[in-house]
Amino acid sequence: MTTAGAGAAGRVPDNTPLDLYGRPAWHRVAAGYVGWGACGLAVALIAAPLASVLWGVIGRAVPVWRWSVLTEAGNGQGGGLANEIVGTLFILAGVSVLAGSVGVLSGIYLSEYARGRTGAVLRGASEVLAGIPSIVLGYVGYIALVIALHWQYSLAAALITLSALTVPYIAKSTEAALRQVPTTYREGAEALGMSPLRSLRRITLKAALPGITTGWLVAMAISVGETAPLLYTAGFSDSLPSLSLTHSPVGYLPYVVWTFYNYPAKAFQSLSYDAALILVVMVLVLIVLARIVVAFTQRHTERN
Amino acid sequence: MTLTTADQVPPADPLPATRAALASHGRTGFMQEKLPRLVTSLAAFVPMAALLAIVGVLAWKALPALGYNGIGFLWHTAWRPGNAYANPVRTGGVLHPVGASYGALPLVAGTLESSVIAVAVAVPVSVGAALLVVEKLPRRLSSTVGLFLEVLAGIPSVVFGLWGALTFGPFIARDVAPFVAGHMPDVPVLNFFRGNVGYGEGLLTSGLVLAVMIIPIVAATARDLLRQVPRLPKEGALALGMSDWEVARKVSLPWARAGIIGASVLGLARALGETMAVAMVSGAVLGTVPTNLYLPMSTIAATIVSQLDGAFTDGTGYAVRTLAEFALLLAVITLLTNIAARVLVRRVAGTALPIGRGV
Repeated sequence: MTTAGAGAAGRVPDNTPLDLYGRPAWHRVAAGYVGWGACGLAVALIAAPLASVLWGVIGRAVPVWRWSVLTEAGNGQGGGLANEIVGTLFILAGVSVLAGSVGVLSGIYLSEYARGRTGAVLRGASEVLAGIPSIVLGYVGYIALVIALHWQYSLAAALITLSALTVPYIAKSTEAALRQVPTTYREGAEALGMSPLRSLRRITLKAALPGITTGWLVAMAISVGETAPLLYTAGFSDSLPSLSLTHSPVGYLPYVVWTFYNYPAKAFQSLSYDAALILVVMVLVLIVLARIVVAFTQRHTERN
Repeated sequence: MTLTTADQVPPADPLPATRAALASHGRTGFMQEKLPRLVTSLAAFVPMAALLAIVGVLAWKALPALGYNGIGFLWHTAWRPGNAYANPVRTGGVLHPVGASYGALPLVAGTLESSVIAVAVAVPVSVGAALLVVEKLPRRLSSTVGLFLEVLAGIPSVVFGLWGALTFGPFIARDVAPFVAGHMPDVPVLNFFRGNVGYGEGLLTSGLVLAVMIIPIVAATARDLLRQVPRLPKEGALALGMSDWEVARKVSLPWARAGIIGASVLGLARALGETMAVAMVSGAVLGTVPTNLYLPMSTIAATIVSQLDGAFTDGTGYAVRTLAEFALLLAVITLLTNIAARVLVRRVAGTALPIGRGV
């Protein structure tokens, strides 16, 4: 397109499409407006359901909110959510230890040790496992752990089932974080006489820690709200969870949302809304924490 | 100092070289090299073992039902638990209640229809938003849209279900569906869009809730792929006089096309397996294939979660075995979809797809 005309020169920076004579090509200008307008509409179509979901939860829960739901356990008339909150925290702690350790170790293997085909196959298996529907995991957990191993509804069955779902996330983010650590760090550690294990622990893992933490937080955000893997592994209980790993069902927040929302009694419906609000707050806190870790590291690492 | 080492092109994967250097250094003791390797490799085999265990356990549990239901399972529509009070009978070695019969067709149809609606809505929205974020919006705003996607990905599926059942479903039934159903001409193909709009529990609501749930993974993947489009072709197109919309439409989008298709298939896989939200908004009707947008229906995943409780009451264990067969069917469908998406993108685009919900 020629823009050599004296009048056209001033229009070059704004990148208006021109025809062969240097005049604005209005149909192409219009196509741009229509196209970007449609894209703007797409963003609105993402923002609107998000706002509606958040408002739907807050608008339902806040009018019926009472602080005693945090301290009272559930009972036949409604009660509170203390047992479910403690149960969710128990499950979260268990998953963060179990899936956290397996996932981080697995990520270390995939990044530092695995070579060629083995790595590709194991990585593929992990990615595919993340795509297995959560209800399928829950069903297998029920058949294998609750029935075949006679654990009954229990914390251990819930933890193992939920960990199968979260390990891939942690493994993937750990591997990605370790791969971003420059090779020169490892070489420098070796040149200074560090043993391989010490170098892995003190140099490589330390440099990758923010990335690993972010992935771990995201995995926790996912496990907070998972329901399908827990329904038939954790069972449900109205009392505070006991510390025994097997033969003792555990209550957790998503169950309340799923079961109580269409009970006829208002007390149960309110509990369902409260549980949804607590879940959303927990997820938001975890996401914000992950963002803070990312922002903090970006400020404290030098760009090269 | 010489610059010779810095001038050399680094090897594609520098780690093996480093490891070789470490090995030659004589520091490959058991504690230093072998033990960490062994422990981490055990952990890395866990996902593989879990996959095998999942397929194995389901196959073991489902095999008797597989034999009795036969291949016709795939196109039958029945959902009959059988007579729980009569003495159970044994057919071909499989104990089952008298008259029990299950068919997968309605659930497979419900699963596919709702997922296709979800993908048809989510992909254009996601790609449009990703284009705007990458090509047009300033950094601050695009990071805000990124936050939207993260929060949307993080919201638990029961919360989406609650929203679908109490807010979105009624909104569809009151404000959207009557308009669509009332203005659709009476043409055979378009009859799918006509019908009694009901109370907002059904195929349309399920599909749209699923669309909202898969937008994060499709949009985040599309955004990351569009960001990888190299600068030079875009600048070249600008220099040739293209407008920024034409650059986005004719340079960036074709460049990322294969990856975006892969991301859509990934979204499809996610929609196929989504459970709780669908169980709460589908209307949970078993045994009929949904023939218009507003009929209540169910999906494989939602049925497993809503029927397992009832299946325990079948003393012969046949109902539980049939649900295992459904779970196996779902696992195989999603496995194949996932693998197809990943292989496609790795072959064509040379990048890896994200996992899970796309956070």
